[in-house]
Amino acid sequence: MSPKIAEVIEADTASFVAQCYELYELPPLGALVKTGDIYGIVCHAETAGMEPGRKPIARGRDEASEAAVYESSPQLLKLLRSEFTASAVGYQDGNKIYQYLPPQPARIHGFIYLCQPDEVKEFSKNFGFLNILINAALTAPTEELIAAALRQMSGVQEDSHAFLVAAGKELANLLSNDFIKLKNILGRLKIK
Amino acid sequence: MTDKLGIVTTASLEKGVDVRLDAPVSVEDMVVGRYVTIEGQKRRFFGMITDVRLGVTDERLAVSPPDVNDPFIAEVLSGTSTFGQIHVTPMLTIGGDAKSMLEGPQPVKTIPAHFCAVNLATEDDIERVFGKEDPQRFNIGNPLDMETKLCLNLEEFVKRSNGIFGKSGTGKTFLTRILLIGILQKSKAVNLIFDMHNEYGWQGTSEGGPPVKGLKQLFQSKVAVFTLDEENSRRRGVSTDFVVKIGYDEIEPEDIVLLRQTLNLTEPAVEAVYQLRRRFGKSWLQNVLDIEGGEDTKELLDSMSIHESSFQNLKRGLATIRRLPFIQPHAPVDAVKNILDHLDKGINVVLEFGRYRDITAYVLVANMLARRIYSQYQSRTEKAMAESVAPPNPLVITIEEAHKFLNPEVSSQTIFGTIAREMRKYNVSLLVIDQRPSGIDSEVMSQMGTKITCLLDNERDIDSVLAGVSGKNELKSVLARLAPKQQALIFGHAVPMPVAFQPREYGSAKSYKDFTSAGKSSASTGTGKDIEKLWE
Repeated sequence: MSPKIAEVIEADTASFVAQCYELYELPPLGALVKTGDIYGIVCHAETAGMEPGRKPIARGRDEASEAAVYESSPQLLKLLRSEFTASAVGYQDGNKIYQYLPPQPARIHGFIYLCQPDEVKEFSKNFGFLNILINAALTAPTEELIAAALRQMSGVQEDSHAFLVAAGKELANLLSNDFIKLKNILGRLKIK
Repeated sequence: MTDKLGIVTTASLEKGVDVRLDAPVSVEDMVVGRYVTIEGQKRRFFGMITDVRLGVTDERLAVSPPDVNDPFIAEVLSGTSTFGQIHVTPMLTIGGDAKSMLEGPQPVKTIPAHFCAVNLATEDDIERVFGKEDPQRFNIGNPLDMETKLCLNLEEFVKRSNGIFGKSGTGKTFLTRILLIGILQKSKAVNLIFDMHNEYGWQGTSEGGPPVKGLKQLFQSKVAVFTLDEENSRRRGVSTDFVVKIGYDEIEPEDIVLLRQTLNLTEPAVEAVYQLRRRFGKSWLQNVLDIEGGEDTKELLDSMSIHESSFQNLKRGLATIRRLPFIQPHAPVDAVKNILDHLDKGINVVLEFGRYRDITAYVLVANMLARRIYSQYQSRTEKAMAESVAPPNPLVITIEEAHKFLNPEVSSQTIFGTIAREMRKYNVSLLVIDQRPSGIDSEVMSQMGTKITCLLDNERDIDSVLAGVSGKNELKSVLARLAPKQQALIFGHAVPMPVAFQPREYGSAKSYKDFTSAGKSSASTGTGKDIEKLWE
């Protein structure tokens, strides 16, 4: 199992927010993560100051490089934090993975792990999560998120082309009345 | 390999079934006229593809098409957002339980449920519907794009009058030859063929190819060639069995009525014929031709109240008939008796017209002979019924240019109109060959049992052929899209459902062998084998 990367700090039925242990150590957009038995797809991430009312200020005027800014102000690493939101797309019950919303939301302080290729492969045998993502209320554009998630998943497949075609066909059925959206997603699926 | 095409999406008994094609099935492989099965929940349906369409789920797809050069996008969209559709007209159904399996295919009275699977018909399906080649069934060709043999029950076929239609050059003659061979081999019926263009008896022509064998060359012992023009037959190297001559006294007023248009006779002139017949009896024609102008004639005509000009008009017309060399004052042998003798022995008769291909000769001879043969058949059948003895062999009379005999003006007067209407009561039926079916009386058309039609493109012709057939509009699209050659649509009494087919090959050495051997194996089983044994 991979090392934990974050901890749940806010959770509801459809999503959970997590704070990373290390600043900027965020999972990529569209990555599959897991906390407890719940699977989520990273749909939003942000880095900001700890206190909502206190904005970071520009510090690099006299520094030679970006890294030097952090070196001369080591407290920054403690004052800033990286957070991401994952959309809940499924859960595990026994050995089976169900791509439905979980019966219970994630637990606060639950550890979050990045899913390994085997797990991603197992999860992506089914495309039920696409419908959850299409209907989720997201900050990032849905098209971008779905395309990012599928690109990520296709990377671990033996035949990534066949995987993308199958996913595309599923999307074509789901978006049968919204061709423009479908076209935008398909246009973003190409890796090369 | 599965032949699944797609699933039923909408259906109506009246309008047919819409099928959405599965993604791997190319819409370009679907051709109108192909035969499919629908696996319903309780029964199977048999139907024919009658339309092919493209569908999109979102109208915007058609307005702003995607980049089809991208193979990925094309692959994703095909079968999902863009898909093929076929329209199937269900024709027959077969129930799932044992009882209905035994009953065989029934006309369709219901429709399949939603999302039933649609498959291409297999050889077994075709066989189940049309039957296997057996002593009654004759292979006439293959359904379009299939290897399966399409068999026609000829016992049933000859029970009704039938028609073969199609534009000139679409293969009517070849199709007719095949059917005649079928009737000759697989049914009890005998053929009488009025062969206007000398195509059926000895040998026929094929467009751009060597001559093809006729019936006599293939079935020496079962076919007799009669000719009206001995000299022409001899020149073509045809061995004829009998030379037909017609006596003046054999021509009846009804024959003249039929020729009114071709002989350019007026209405009163035709009326006069009846009066002259009453006056002079059987030898009326000879008498009329002998009448010279003069006072006596005038008196004679006045006594019958025939106008002089009508008489002259009639005389001119009759002179045309007299010029036909096979018409003689007295026929040496009775042609009708001779034909009947052959038919009784089960020998098929082809009457060649030689050089006399003009319509006057054809209409006159065909009508005259057929009328007398028919009346013989009528009295013999009636006698057979009364004395419960075997009726004469069923007779199939083949006529070409049928619209000349069966057009609405004359069909009530010609014997062919009567045969077509009264049908099989007297064991005589017609095989009508024509290129202008719209010229045939609609009443006669409606009485035809089985119709086989090659390509037709005139709207009126198509309408008249398909009149009264269920699913007419769908069949129309099939008919209009037949290939210009060697494809035909058959529907009616002898087939359980309409089917587009490609007639079997005729003209190669192998095809001749197939035709002749098929007859041996089924018609006279045993004999052939016995002969072979003798030579071992």
